[in-house]
Amino acid sequence: MNLRGGAAPIEMPAGVLVSTAVAVPPLSELELDRRRYRRGRAQRSALVAVISTSLFAIVAVAAVVNAPGWERFRQAFLDLNVASSSFSFILGGLWLNLRLLAVTEVVVLIVALFVASLRTLRSPVLFPFRAMATAYVDFFRGLPLIILLYLVGFGLPSLRLSFVPTDPTILGGIALVLCYGAYVAEVFRSGIDGVHPSQRNAAASLGLSPLQTMRLVVLPQAVRRVLPPLLNDFVALQKDVGLVSLLGAVDAIRSAQIINAETYNYTPYLVAGLMFIALAVPSGRLADYVGARARRREQAGSVV
Amino acid sequence: MSSEPGNLALTAPVPPEVVLACRGVTKVFGDHAVLRGVDLDVGQHKAVVLIGASGSGKSTLLRCVNLLETVSDGTIHLDGVDITDPRVDAVAVRRRIGTVFQAYNLFPHLSVLDNVMLAPRVVHKVPAAEARERAMNLLGRVGLADKAAAYPDRLSGGQAQRTAIARALAYQPRLLLLDEITSALDPELVGEVLALVREVKAQGMTILMATHEMGFAREVADTVCFLDGGVVVESGPPAQVLANPTEARTRRFLERFISR
Repeated sequence: MNLRGGAAPIEMPAGVLVSTAVAVPPLSELELDRRRYRRGRAQRSALVAVISTSLFAIVAVAAVVNAPGWERFRQAFLDLNVASSSFSFILGGLWLNLRLLAVTEVVVLIVALFVASLRTLRSPVLFPFRAMATAYVDFFRGLPLIILLYLVGFGLPSLRLSFVPTDPTILGGIALVLCYGAYVAEVFRSGIDGVHPSQRNAAASLGLSPLQTMRLVVLPQAVRRVLPPLLNDFVALQKDVGLVSLLGAVDAIRSAQIINAETYNYTPYLVAGLMFIALAVPSGRLADYVGARARRREQAGSVV
Repeated sequence: MSSEPGNLALTAPVPPEVVLACRGVTKVFGDHAVLRGVDLDVGQHKAVVLIGASGSGKSTLLRCVNLLETVSDGTIHLDGVDITDPRVDAVAVRRRIGTVFQAYNLFPHLSVLDNVMLAPRVVHKVPAAEARERAMNLLGRVGLADKAAAYPDRLSGGQAQRTAIARALAYQPRLLLLDEITSALDPELVGEVLALVREVKAQGMTILMATHEMGFAREVADTVCFLDGGVVVESGPPAQVLANPTEARTRRFLERFISR
């Protein structure tokens, strides 16, 4: 369709009903002028943005490179030889992080759904469970993760109970599940509370029991609603699985530490860090995409 | 109904079986009494229409009947059983009552067909194939067979409300509660929903309905109840209550309503 030039009027035989699809009228000189002006403004802002960004980058790089310790920093953190020789060893450690991540994500989901459901059930009979669920969330959300890791990783095995695992990866996984279960439970709970009471009323009116209402009506809507913040928590978990290195599990960070101890060079940490960033980027984009889709769906003005 | 043919002319008409009987129903929120002792009967196959200003307690009464609200006093009998008795299983009572809300309250995550099938499937344990067939039949009756796979956000208000009616009818309730079901609709969509209610009534459903559609009340109601100040001020056949009210309050309400 020609927006700028005058669209030729469509010839209509007399007596034929013109449909609702009306030809676009030619643009007036006034509108053309406005568009020229807006285009000019847009080009100018883009130019300003490019110049200021480059200036900032130049200044930042210059400041770092001209720092008095730059040579030492480059040797300690940016040694390409150490980077290439340590790469595959650290990648092997990352494989442990990935497996741990997959398992903890699933277990966190289950724990969180269970705790959130307990916290939102209203029956007075369930009060002790509700109180326990609330205490769980308060405790593990408030406790710094590093202290929790030490308590579970070193404290639990020191009890010398036969059924307590001793593998630092498993212990670390338990600590992560306890911590993230509490966070994600709160995410789920906000989703459950966000489902409009009229939906519960409708389900109750159909004769659904409270449990059926939760399972078939409330939870499906709640999960959909909290998907973006949920993914955000999983991006955070993705890097926190690296903390099992504190317990001695040989993951990416521990591998980097081992090489650091051999070479007195910190480049392996940077390599491991870049690997975690590389993992987080696709997850972050996925979270963005899901969030945008949820916003679109809400703004579509659904009849609920 | 076993009156002998010979007695037919002599006996008074058998009073229709009473499905719902409210006696002195009271509902207090904080220090505000919305219902102050409502007496009301709904006979089998009858349609009782509640009219009254916004805030007169029409919706509250309906919510008390399907036990979404607990009455503050009084009794409600469904088929002779006092359902306000706390020992009564509320879930079991609601299984025998269909409810349609002003705002449709369809489940947005379920298709039209699944909305209609949900209660028969999970509450009444109807086998999937049979539930599906019955739901499709019902959707055909409400004119939505082609929307079975659609999701609620793709429906017009009228289509959504017809789906909600089909959902409430899907388990063949003993009593149908309609809570201002046309109030959220554009004027041109009101007709299709009311036509459906008319048909449901003609097929013998027992209905308790709150509405602002006086024309429809006049046409369909067996009894019109005017609620004001939390009590039934006047009730009777529509011709009497709507055309010839005896109470001054009813007259004032109707005048205000018609002059709008």
